[in-house]
Amino acid sequence: MAETKEIRQHKSVVTYGLRFFVIAYLFVLVVWPLSEVVKRTFAPVEPDAAGGFGAFLERLQDPSVTYAFGLTVTCAFWAVLINTVFGVGISLLLVRYDFPGKRVLSVLVDLPMSVSPVVVGLALVLAYSTGSGWFGSALESVGIFVIGSTPGLIMATAFVSLPLVIREIIPVLEEIGTDAEMAASSLGANAWQSFRRITLPSIKWAVAYGVVLSLARSLGEFGAVKIVSPGAEFRGETATLLIQNRYGNYDESTAYAAAFVLVLAAVLALVVVTFIRRPEERS
Amino acid sequence: MSIDITGINKKYGDFVALEDINVSLPTGQLTALLGPSGGGKSTLLRIIAGLDTADSGTINIEGADATRLPPQKRNVGFVFQHYAVFKHMTVAKNVAFGLEIRKRPKAEVAAKVDELLKLVHLSQFAHRLPSQLSGGQRQRLALARALAVEPTVLLLDEPFGALDAKVRKELRDWLRRLHDEVNVTTVFVTHDQEEALEVADEIVVINEGRVEQIGTPDQLYDEPANDFVMSFLGEVTTLNGQLIRPHDVEIAAMPQHGDAVQAVVSRSLRVGFEARVQVLTDNGEEVTVVLTRSHARHLGLEAGQNVWVRAAEGALTVPSLRAV
Repeated sequence: MAETKEIRQHKSVVTYGLRFFVIAYLFVLVVWPLSEVVKRTFAPVEPDAAGGFGAFLERLQDPSVTYAFGLTVTCAFWAVLINTVFGVGISLLLVRYDFPGKRVLSVLVDLPMSVSPVVVGLALVLAYSTGSGWFGSALESVGIFVIGSTPGLIMATAFVSLPLVIREIIPVLEEIGTDAEMAASSLGANAWQSFRRITLPSIKWAVAYGVVLSLARSLGEFGAVKIVSPGAEFRGETATLLIQNRYGNYDESTAYAAAFVLVLAAVLALVVVTFIRRPEERS
Repeated sequence: MSIDITGINKKYGDFVALEDINVSLPTGQLTALLGPSGGGKSTLLRIIAGLDTADSGTINIEGADATRLPPQKRNVGFVFQHYAVFKHMTVAKNVAFGLEIRKRPKAEVAAKVDELLKLVHLSQFAHRLPSQLSGGQRQRLALARALAVEPTVLLLDEPFGALDAKVRKELRDWLRRLHDEVNVTTVFVTHDQEEALEVADEIVVINEGRVEQIGTPDQLYDEPANDFVMSFLGEVTTLNGQLIRPHDVEIAAMPQHGDAVQAVVSRSLRVGFEARVQVLTDNGEEVTVVLTRSHARHLGLEAGQNVWVRAAEGALTVPSLRAV
């Protein structure tokens, strides 16, 4: 790819103008607001109280905060796991097979990207709640409660981050083609062996990239979770819900601390993604 | 017979890719499926390998019905035009793949890989990745990988199609020698008649989904079944409504034979050691004549000159069925 990239050698007023515009834009929209979060995180709550890193850690050790982060990590973990398995499956289906309704499926897969997460949450409640959803009642009769419990949160999170893995894998699958897989099968490999030894190693960086993106998205999910979760302390309050609740309840310092952790996780994800992109671009 | 193909039909929608194909390929031979692009020869090869399925008809490999067998059960080696090497594995791992799938003991796999890499002259590259090899080397790797599982038949789909002319020629000679060494029944697809004539024991000419002729290179060249085979196997020109090879046309400055046709030289061109002369006969036929440079110089051929042309004694001619 590197040889197709062309950078203008000549630097004119336009170049500097564009640079200024981009930097100003990013500063106003991203850098400045985020820096405020960081600043508040480490600022003392009251003039005579202790600030800094110690106070920050103390706020995070509050049981309700650790519960919230625990729940967020649990939801993100399962959502990413489910999306990875189904993502690889759906991608293979969409790229390698022809079937009626393929285009519809392809559009459906993208739907979570364009639909507001709040709508996703609402839809899940309608379908699975024990009151209105017929399916929810059926599940309830066998002792499974979806809405208002962890499975519901996982579903909401998985729904919202569904396309991320798939959209990473599909172009790679299309590019590698079927020759190597067919060669493997002519050499005696069955479908599973060919997938595990040939297809999977070829798409592993795309999968990893998709996983990191989904993880980042899942950790920060708010809208869908907000509708599905009871949202009370120790009862379905995820990290993002905690931030909103505390911010509205005059415990802003805890809200800032939790927000800072989420920002940190996002930055970490971006760093990981950059390192994953590198070996991929080299090959 | 190693491979028996009976009554194979294959359609893609309305397009007839193969129509009632019946071919028997004897054990140990090197056979070429020759024909123009889109003529169905690659489809036939893939059906033999099980990578594609026929609409009707049967495939027998070494006496066993393979029509319904999946590719991994057919014990065929397949070599693709674009190599299809496993990019994430070293050269040695690529060759070992089929043996590892078959769960052979490690020592046996190592020995076999060693032997095959020696055979294809890639021993010193065993630990490299395919991306560090040239096109010709990658294709030799693909061949070694296919041979590792000791297939009953080796199928090659335009194996040299993606290589440049010089490497093509080298690999072609090498394939012939390799075949004489390992003696596995081999079928390769090509659209290059020179490749087929030079390498194959037997050639199956396929065009528009049908077999036009089956025979040895000599048979095909000397006794083409029809005008298609004649024109596909070498250059042809038309003289008196007959297809004829340009080097079989005699040209003379004086009418020495009764059957010679008078013509006017319209163009004379020198290509390397030969001269190519275009003449326009009195019947309005544009005839190409190929002769040696010295002969051309002897005749002193120039545009506008009057000449007489005729088919040489014993020249092969086939009635031209097409409007020229």
